[in-house]
Amino acid sequence: MAAPAGLVADAEVRLGSLHLRAALRVAAGETVAVVGPNGAGKTTLLRALAGLQPLADGRVCLDGVVLEAHGRPAVAVEERPVATVFQDLRLFPHLSALDNVAFGLRARGARRGPARAEAGRWLARLGLAEDAAARPGQLSGGQAQRVALARALATRPALLLLDEPLAALDATTRAATRTVLRQHLAGHGGAAVVVAHDPVDAGALADRVVVLEAGAVVQEGTLAELTGQPRSRYVADLVGVNLLAGEGDGEGRVAVGGLALAVADHRPGPVLASFPPRAVALSLERPRGTARNVWPAVVDGIDRAGHRCRVRARGPVTVVAEVTEAAVADLGLAEGSAVWVAVKATEVTVTPA
Amino acid sequence: MSGPRARPPALVALAAAGAAAFLLLPLAGLAWRAPWSSLGAELADPGARTALRLSLVCSLWAAALSLAAGLPLAWVLARVPFPGRRLVRALVLVPLVLPPVVGGVALLLAFGRRGLLGPPLEAWFSVRLPFTTAGAVVAETFVALPFVVVTAEAAFRGADRRYEEAARTLGARPGVVLRRVTLPLARPALVAGAALAWARALGEFGATITFAGNAPGRTSTLPLEVYLELEAGRLRSAIALSLVLLAVSVAVLVALRDRWLRAL
Repeated sequence: MAAPAGLVADAEVRLGSLHLRAALRVAAGETVAVVGPNGAGKTTLLRALAGLQPLADGRVCLDGVVLEAHGRPAVAVEERPVATVFQDLRLFPHLSALDNVAFGLRARGARRGPARAEAGRWLARLGLAEDAAARPGQLSGGQAQRVALARALATRPALLLLDEPLAALDATTRAATRTVLRQHLAGHGGAAVVVAHDPVDAGALADRVVVLEAGAVVQEGTLAELTGQPRSRYVADLVGVNLLAGEGDGEGRVAVGGLALAVADHRPGPVLASFPPRAVALSLERPRGTARNVWPAVVDGIDRAGHRCRVRARGPVTVVAEVTEAAVADLGLAEGSAVWVAVKATEVTVTPA
Repeated sequence: MSGPRARPPALVALAAAGAAAFLLLPLAGLAWRAPWSSLGAELADPGARTALRLSLVCSLWAAALSLAAGLPLAWVLARVPFPGRRLVRALVLVPLVLPPVVGGVALLLAFGRRGLLGPPLEAWFSVRLPFTTAGAVVAETFVALPFVVVTAEAAFRGADRRYEEAARTLGARPGVVLRRVTLPLARPALVAGAALAWARALGEFGATITFAGNAPGRTSTLPLEVYLELEAGRLRSAIALSLVLLAVSVAVLVALRDRWLRAL
């Protein structure tokens, strides 16, 4: 029987006032995003997987090999096939970008020449061929982030850990770096865990999202599942977002599914369009108003939480609307109801995919 | 610190000027009374040249030995918690405050003919330390070693562990982390420590003369030679050699300046 590939972790960590208990399953080739408020334990979880934080209980298995289990000596950090991209990057200031990327290879025994050649190839793949000789201090935020990524990927890890890889970047660099990250995560054969703050980042980079709050997993699933059925206020407000991948025509329209979404952005090419559930209005008749995006749909499900309802509407695209309980009652909405969906163009945020 | 420049109280300014004068006047006096015209001839004298060469050789050896022994000790003191660590840390600094002559006596009692390790050293390795050049090196190392330990320990203790963590996640074993991350990043402090150790070794007198004696060509380093010349009444020669030592001390301190001396 072949060894099960991927990450199987049931981690329990006690750190200060934080008591983390999380189960994480990531298949080889899959990317999971871990989101949550500050102090939830996301970085602690990542450090535990890397071996930098000992477990109080539980176990971490990677590709069938037990890296750490309570009662057994843990596999040392340097022996694990795990690479981490830290939030503060930690590029070695005394080495050039090339030597930084080659570091992991040389640390594992490669000779200087072959290691630097391989490092050069990785830098080229990330569009940094000209910056190979630069010191970290001379690189821009986006460049440094890519060097850190190359440094981790060069070791061909079975598990890649990324701690808020886009946090320190400005908006433009963020979008560009996210695109690069998306490509490389898609091509990465091992498992990957990304800690993200922004739900769009989580949705764009990962196949599944795990929500951590106060050390416990509150919900997990695809972004659509989280948006449609949020199980906590945090998920509803900060994680739930309608995310659609499409093609911009450069004239303020994005082709998504069978729909031409009107947006306030005139960017062409592959894009991600996102809007929060509360930006979606539902009506029984075709509305004639300022909302440019109007289409007929059928109610697929209603999720009630307090006085708010998340209504999933299936149409040319499936979106989730957040409306009040009173509105649902007033319109008599139920599963199967025919509705019209309206989304203002100005509510849609467009970023490059 | 920004803001309008504060005028120091008159008394403080006066005392500060006095202290500076106290420290600088002797050096100024030395420079003023120096036989600048015959400096070249004095230094070319065979006795002087021998002392210069001996001093250079012994001090460089002492600096090298200080590094070789001091770095591992600094590492252990900085990173390995063991019972009595604070005591050991304090004891290692004793040569910094111990009167050098006392240090020399202590070395004699440790390595001398009737000392603790003297007889076994001579019997098993045919090594005699007192009153030999090797003894001069040992005496200089004794006083110079703490400089390396102090600066290196501060560097290792203050090292940014985040880089070491990053190195470990990339697969670097502890030896690799030390060699390729910790030491390179600590280089400024280590260079400062080595430079100070060398300057101290070069200037050592009390321990050297007590433990190694004052034999020209064998143990008469520059400071000892200065003493010999003074005793013999050859003032000009003594001043010339003193100038060399002064120049070296000033050069080392100026080269290290603020940035590198912070570890002290």
